[in-house]
Amino acid sequence: MNDKNSIKVVDRNAIDGIISLLKSEGFITVGPTLRDKTIIYDEIENTSELPIGWTDEQEAGHYRIKRRNDEALFGYNVGPHSWKKYLFPPKLELFEANKNGKSFEIKTILTDTTKYAFIGVRSCELHAIQIQDKVFNNWQYKDPNYVSLRDRTFIIAVNCTQAGKTCFCASMDTGPRAKKGFDLSITEVINPNEHYFVVESGSDKGEDILSKVETNFATEEQIFKADAEIDSASRNMGRALITDGIKDLLMNNMEHPQWNDVAARCLTCANCTMVCPTCFCNNVEDVNDISGNHTERWRKWDSCFSLDFSKVAGGNFRTSPKARYRQWMTHKLASWIDQFGTSGCVGCGRCITWCPVGIDITKEVKAIQDNPVN
Amino acid sequence: MHTEDISILLRNHSFLEDLKPEYIDTILSCASNTYFPDGTKIFSEGEEAKKFYLIRTGKVAIEINGREKGSIRILTLGPGQVLGWSWLVSPYKWHFDAYAIDDVRAVALDGECLRNKCEENHDLGYELIKRFSGILEARLKATRIQLLDVYTKEIK
Amino acid sequence: MTFIEGNNPLLPAETNTIITDPMIPNLFTIKKIFWETDDTFTIEIESHDKSSFNFKPGQFNMLYVFGMGESAISICSDPAKNKTILHTIHRVGNVTSKLSQLKKGDTIGVRGPFGSNWDVTKFYGKDVVIVVGGIGLAPLRPAIYSIFKERKKFNRIIILYGARTALDLLYRVELEHWSKTKNVEVLTTIDRGDSSWRGNIGVVTNLFNYIKLDAMNTYSMVCGPEIMMKFSIEELVKLGVEEKNIYLSLERNMKCAIGFCGHCQYTSKFICKDGPVFNYSQVKDIFNLYEV
Repeated sequence: MNDKNSIKVVDRNAIDGIISLLKSEGFITVGPTLRDKTIIYDEIENTSELPIGWTDEQEAGHYRIKRRNDEALFGYNVGPHSWKKYLFPPKLELFEANKNGKSFEIKTILTDTTKYAFIGVRSCELHAIQIQDKVFNNWQYKDPNYVSLRDRTFIIAVNCTQAGKTCFCASMDTGPRAKKGFDLSITEVINPNEHYFVVESGSDKGEDILSKVETNFATEEQIFKADAEIDSASRNMGRALITDGIKDLLMNNMEHPQWNDVAARCLTCANCTMVCPTCFCNNVEDVNDISGNHTERWRKWDSCFSLDFSKVAGGNFRTSPKARYRQWMTHKLASWIDQFGTSGCVGCGRCITWCPVGIDITKEVKAIQDNPVN
Repeated sequence: MHTEDISILLRNHSFLEDLKPEYIDTILSCASNTYFPDGTKIFSEGEEAKKFYLIRTGKVAIEINGREKGSIRILTLGPGQVLGWSWLVSPYKWHFDAYAIDDVRAVALDGECLRNKCEENHDLGYELIKRFSGILEARLKATRIQLLDVYTKEIK
Repeated sequence: MTFIEGNNPLLPAETNTIITDPMIPNLFTIKKIFWETDDTFTIEIESHDKSSFNFKPGQFNMLYVFGMGESAISICSDPAKNKTILHTIHRVGNVTSKLSQLKKGDTIGVRGPFGSNWDVTKFYGKDVVIVVGGIGLAPLRPAIYSIFKERKKFNRIIILYGARTALDLLYRVELEHWSKTKNVEVLTTIDRGDSSWRGNIGVVTNLFNYIKLDAMNTYSMVCGPEIMMKFSIEELVKLGVEEKNIYLSLERNMKCAIGFCGHCQYTSKFICKDGPVFNYSQVKDIFNLYEV
């Protein structure tokens, strides 16, 4: 974090200035925008494409956008999209192959070198990106596509000044304030009398961009107000998850009756894994042309909730919804810690909001915490 | 063979391992030494189950005649194992066929003789039933694993 | 091989280098293909550039068939021979069926070797009991070769091998050869047979009736269907073999073999890179859970 003297304050024009500077450097600028009554992430040209004056209302199995009574640029929480769709695309061609007599030739695909600028990355999402970094750049292997995209990405974080009803980042220690992993971070302050953005840089590149737009040093009052907004978000989290001893708790309760309880509600639809910003499971598929001489291998998002996920020759290791839900949740909250040194959950609440039957991971954990078998 | 020798064979067989010497003495009169050359049919389905056998050497195959399916070999037994328990349960008839598929040396125990001894001495009876239960449990477990047909991988 | 192009000021210098894409297979030629049993066949393959292929016993490759996809298959040849390698494959799915139809001279893709291995050097001076079921003999064969290469460094070798029928027994000539070696016992059993079969019938654990173990001096490697391994390990433990001296090889669905796809997770383990070979004491707590 920067010392208070380097904290700047800017207006909306400066943010547009930053976006156009990034565009001029060849970045594809992506950010939240309104589509089909939902706030999603897509390419944006300037701040006018942000969901200005909109917010969202979230609950378990519930999402609605609502008008705000102001013109805030970032006055909402996270929607169904996450930034993983850019760094870990839902569909990625791995290679192509062409028949050549008895043999075939492999044609490699050039690694994607798109420069993305992510505008409006929340603290939970920064954590999610850092978690996926460990997956696709592990001690042994690197996903060249991920590494290529990730290294080129410019990140503008936005500190949350409001918490959604399904948010629980405060209890996961992943927000609401963005602490690292960004090039610039923004805190929006809006009230009937003023509208400004407190900006900090988190990298040399961020500093460089910031130096090219009109800024003022933030006053103590401006900083104080921004901090107060973030603190307020932290205090108003809709949910909480107690993480103390969670790994052992879950691993020692693999046969807890709660798994049957949740399995009776779970549709195994995989929504939670699709919206989760850290879920990384994927499948590989082959696509052939009709001649049979040309084939392509594609990587696609997959989910541990799909029945084929654990299929092997001669059987399937996880068929019951109970086992599939348990796999997802124990992976996310327990075995992830062994695998990658952090929880796989960042408390963004997407899995709760987008579950068609409103299954709430925080409640499921609490049910086991309140009444452990072991 | 002398009875002393048979008592050694009994004591050395893993089925009767650590059985009290007095029990060995008690059942000794029910025991006889037998030999089945390779290929001998030891017993047949439906016959009266007069004896059971403590296999010392060689190999015995248990077969079930599946009628139109032909004879199916379901289990082989070898040294240290026990062949037959139909002598224990009324109506004392063999349900399967047993063949020596090797030269087999065994100690035969007369079922009726042993049943009488057990009626007279329930402690002995209880001791033997415990040992038989262990074998039955192991055989049932093995049969159930066999039922799984674990090595088959259907093409799906 | 893929190249990261461009020269971006954002990009740290070290990533402006070539990263080998671990999902791209290398091309290999089929030198030989032959049936071991009705539904199991072996291929001998050699890299297109004739480069050597080094691996350790118990490791596996991802074999790619043009247009069909990949299948994770253990390497079953002698690790000391690295010009060509062998894979024995059970024909059970689309990829393995297509593989079985390939001919000498055809090309397949290979990624690997992947995973942990049987480290037989840990068994020096000890008795080694190898319990295998079905195709499970294939991943253990390289370990057996390694043991025979340094035969004197090991004490007794016992191989207990169960298969479905007599016709499903793999590597019969080699089994015969091994069984004739001094201080080596090879016991086979099948699940079902007819009157022509003079060998053992019954589950593989029945074979423990016919061997005497010096349990405290015994190390064991177990490979086969998971339930067969469960019962075999139970038997080994019952006979007094220490859990930390038992090794097993686990199987799960695998799509990438490099820890990216998530399919092979076994609680905190990725079977592809933390396994497939595990020490039993490492996985004991999860081994007896259902649907993990």
